[in-house]
Amino acid sequence: MLLEDPLIHVVPWVILLLPLAGFTVLALFGEWIKRDKEDAGAGYIACFTVLASFALSCWTTLRLYGLVGGPEGLRFSSPYLGFEWIEAGGFRVPMSLLVDPLSVVMILVVTGVGSLIHVYSLGYMAKDAERVSYFSYLNLFTFFMLLLVLGGSLPVLFVGWEGVGLCSYLLIGFWYKKDSASAAGMKAFVVNRIGDAGLILGMVFVFHQFGSLDLVDIATNAGALAAEPWGELGPVTIAGLLLFLGACGKSAQIPLHVWLPDAMEGPTPVSALIHAATMVTAGVYMVARLAPLYHQSETAMAVVAVVGAATALMAATIALVQTDIKRVLAYSTVSQLGYMFLACGVGAFGVAVFHLFTHAFFKALLFLGSGSVIHAMSGEQDMRKMGGLRGKIPVTFWTFAAGTLAIAGIWPFAGFFSKDEILLGAWNAHQRVLFGLGLFTALLTAFYMSRLLFMTFFGSFRGGSEAEHHVHESPLSMLGPLVILAIGSASVGFLNIPRFVAPVFRLPADHGHHVGWLPWVATLSAVAGIALAFHLYLQRTDLPGRIGTALAPLRSLFEAKYYFDHVYDGFTRRVVVGGSESFLWKWMDVGLIDGAVNGLAASWESVAEGARRAQTGFVRAYALAILGGAVAVLGYLLWS
Amino acid sequence: MDAVLFYVFAVLAVVNAVLVVAQRNPVYSAFCLIAVLCCLSAIYGLLGSPFIATLQIVVYAGAIMVLFLFVLMLLNVKREERSPGDGVRLKAAGFLLCAVLVAQAGAVLLRARPGGTGAAAYDASTRRMAEILFSPYFLYAFEATSVLILSAIVGAVVLAKKEL
Amino acid sequence: MDAPGFLQHALLLSLLLFGIGALGVFLRRNVITIFMCVELMLNAANLAFVAFSRAHGTLDGQVLVFFVMVVAAAEAAVGLAIVIALQRHRDTLDVDAFSLMRW
Repeated sequence: MLLEDPLIHVVPWVILLLPLAGFTVLALFGEWIKRDKEDAGAGYIACFTVLASFALSCWTTLRLYGLVGGPEGLRFSSPYLGFEWIEAGGFRVPMSLLVDPLSVVMILVVTGVGSLIHVYSLGYMAKDAERVSYFSYLNLFTFFMLLLVLGGSLPVLFVGWEGVGLCSYLLIGFWYKKDSASAAGMKAFVVNRIGDAGLILGMVFVFHQFGSLDLVDIATNAGALAAEPWGELGPVTIAGLLLFLGACGKSAQIPLHVWLPDAMEGPTPVSALIHAATMVTAGVYMVARLAPLYHQSETAMAVVAVVGAATALMAATIALVQTDIKRVLAYSTVSQLGYMFLACGVGAFGVAVFHLFTHAFFKALLFLGSGSVIHAMSGEQDMRKMGGLRGKIPVTFWTFAAGTLAIAGIWPFAGFFSKDEILLGAWNAHQRVLFGLGLFTALLTAFYMSRLLFMTFFGSFRGGSEAEHHVHESPLSMLGPLVILAIGSASVGFLNIPRFVAPVFRLPADHGHHVGWLPWVATLSAVAGIALAFHLYLQRTDLPGRIGTALAPLRSLFEAKYYFDHVYDGFTRRVVVGGSESFLWKWMDVGLIDGAVNGLAASWESVAEGARRAQTGFVRAYALAILGGAVAVLGYLLWS
Repeated sequence: MDAVLFYVFAVLAVVNAVLVVAQRNPVYSAFCLIAVLCCLSAIYGLLGSPFIATLQIVVYAGAIMVLFLFVLMLLNVKREERSPGDGVRLKAAGFLLCAVLVAQAGAVLLRARPGGTGAAAYDASTRRMAEILFSPYFLYAFEATSVLILSAIVGAVVLAKKEL
Repeated sequence: MDAPGFLQHALLLSLLLFGIGALGVFLRRNVITIFMCVELMLNAANLAFVAFSRAHGTLDGQVLVFFVMVVAAAEAAVGLAIVIALQRHRDTLDVDAFSLMRW
């Protein structure tokens, strides 16, 4: 029924290509469109393309919702358009798109939150001289992200994967004149690449197992493979682990999480879009997409869950001691991503996608809100210099508070539902330790987010009277998205997303028993966190300092981000760079290779030097040589 | 009888050849060389080739050696000075190699005892030579030698001019 | 000459003359004398040709001798012209004097 509608064949392509068209137009004609310093024409074009894509995504969702049964979704492949991408012997990869419940959820997030952020950027970047390229990068990013989530096979997904990595680099280092920004951009790209190596190798293993890289093929045939129990390193496990390495790179899990906090050098809308709502969720999306594969490997699932939980906890502890408002949110993102992987690891893939969905709302809200705060503070990002902004920027405050309650997991906000389901999934999978970790991390999450809220908006202003005069509310283009996202954070929790996307995972129906006390325990830990923050930062404000001094070793561990950066830097500098210099360069390249080539030339030179002494110029000597040769030849002919 | 004559002329030829090499004065060397040529001509005659024998005297001894003598006269060549220690190593090496060469080939010759079909019906007259030379087989080469001599003449004239 | 061993003797003579000529090339310093020794070697070769021609009963060897003589004549003419030019240049006929083409 659905397939007979001719529109449904074209619309996904339109959704995908509209942002690309926006990028092309802006790249080619952007400066001309901009005209003068105050003009915002370029921004409007970018917003238009993404909003149009969003509208079409909604339409697609509604059409898809009518499709009952059949988890296959709809494959839209290029032969319909007459374009085959890769054809090498028996290896064929058509440029195909896949529209099913999971991809539809993702494109709603990408285009929906994306368009809100585009609108927000109109206000935030209004005075930036290079906003044309900014908007073009944003559109390009949207295109690649859509390609990632709409891709019908792993290579197509990979194109989008790499593309968003590129755009991330471009946008993190957008203010490239700042050294720290361009360095952060490079760091993000390099760390991503390490993950990508794992992804490519994983694809090789997947192809080896399934003979195809098409997502639907993988999902359908995965169930037929032999399940690999814990400890067995079979091909499915290896594929899963390698692919997860790629996901770690993109979604900032241990040990490849180090790029995300530094990515805060980019403009705040970029942090909201790329490093909260969309790009970093690509890893979760990929793991969820390959759920049937992961389901066959206990080891891979365990690794995913443990890494997720560990990352969640670690990032939460680091967030406790951060003073930059965006850094707190960055580590919070890492932590929430860990939650999503925890959900995947215990088999609750739909819940992971649900948390992805809700997290996009409230994290984007929090980032955009922080952007509004920074805008009000004329660029200041240090929380220690803020305080009491509640009365001065009320809209920002209320929306931010909504986001904080959402992430803490307080009913009826969205975070309550998704986080609750994750903990439920862990409990039902009999993973008590992971459950405990998740619960404790929820407490920490509530704590540090409330800490952020109280330090920024409550108490008295600590930034000096000069700055106090400049505090002003943001323009409508910035406040509008905040309000919309706040409403979203309060309401989307009621959508039953897990049930909507469940057919994609092709997992056996598992009706875990509902644990009645769980929501109460979760809420209790959240409230405890908020109360603790209230006590420490609004009542006994001397305590944080004293606790910090008392627990100094812990504090330095958190502040040093568990020394990951130190280790990586040392490794890179000493082992990689030093090894390359002293061993590979000096010994191998100069000594061996150059030495061999030069030595060969030098030896020839000395041989020739000796040989030329035969050119004496004396005729008789030459005659002697001739005679000698004649005698030799004669002797050989006669006596051999 | 023939054999005796052969040995006589052979000995004469060798002696004169040694003298060619040993003489200090180049003109004396030229005369000795003429003597060698005459002996060889006689040997050719003994071998039954009157044409070649005649040619040897007429062309070789009569033209080439005369040319040599003319040049020697033109250049007013003096006795060669003997200088000790001059290229002794070269001379020694030359001596050795020549000895080796002769010894080698000689050893082969003495062992191999080459023979031939003999002298039955051996017609080496001028008429027979002419028939062969003007046969289609050698005619082309024969005519080419005339061109060769022409080029030699031109070349010699050009090379010997004082100013080109 | 019908003695069966004549070929061998003639060839031995030819070899001796050749050897003496080759020796002369190394022992003498005058260019013209060296040239004469080369002519001696050529004649030794001619003798060998004629002897073989006699032994085989054909005239091919003698035809070849004919051509050798012609070429020797041409070569002698040109070679002596060169010698004259050399003498004019360096005013000496010492073969060691012409050693410009050395390393």
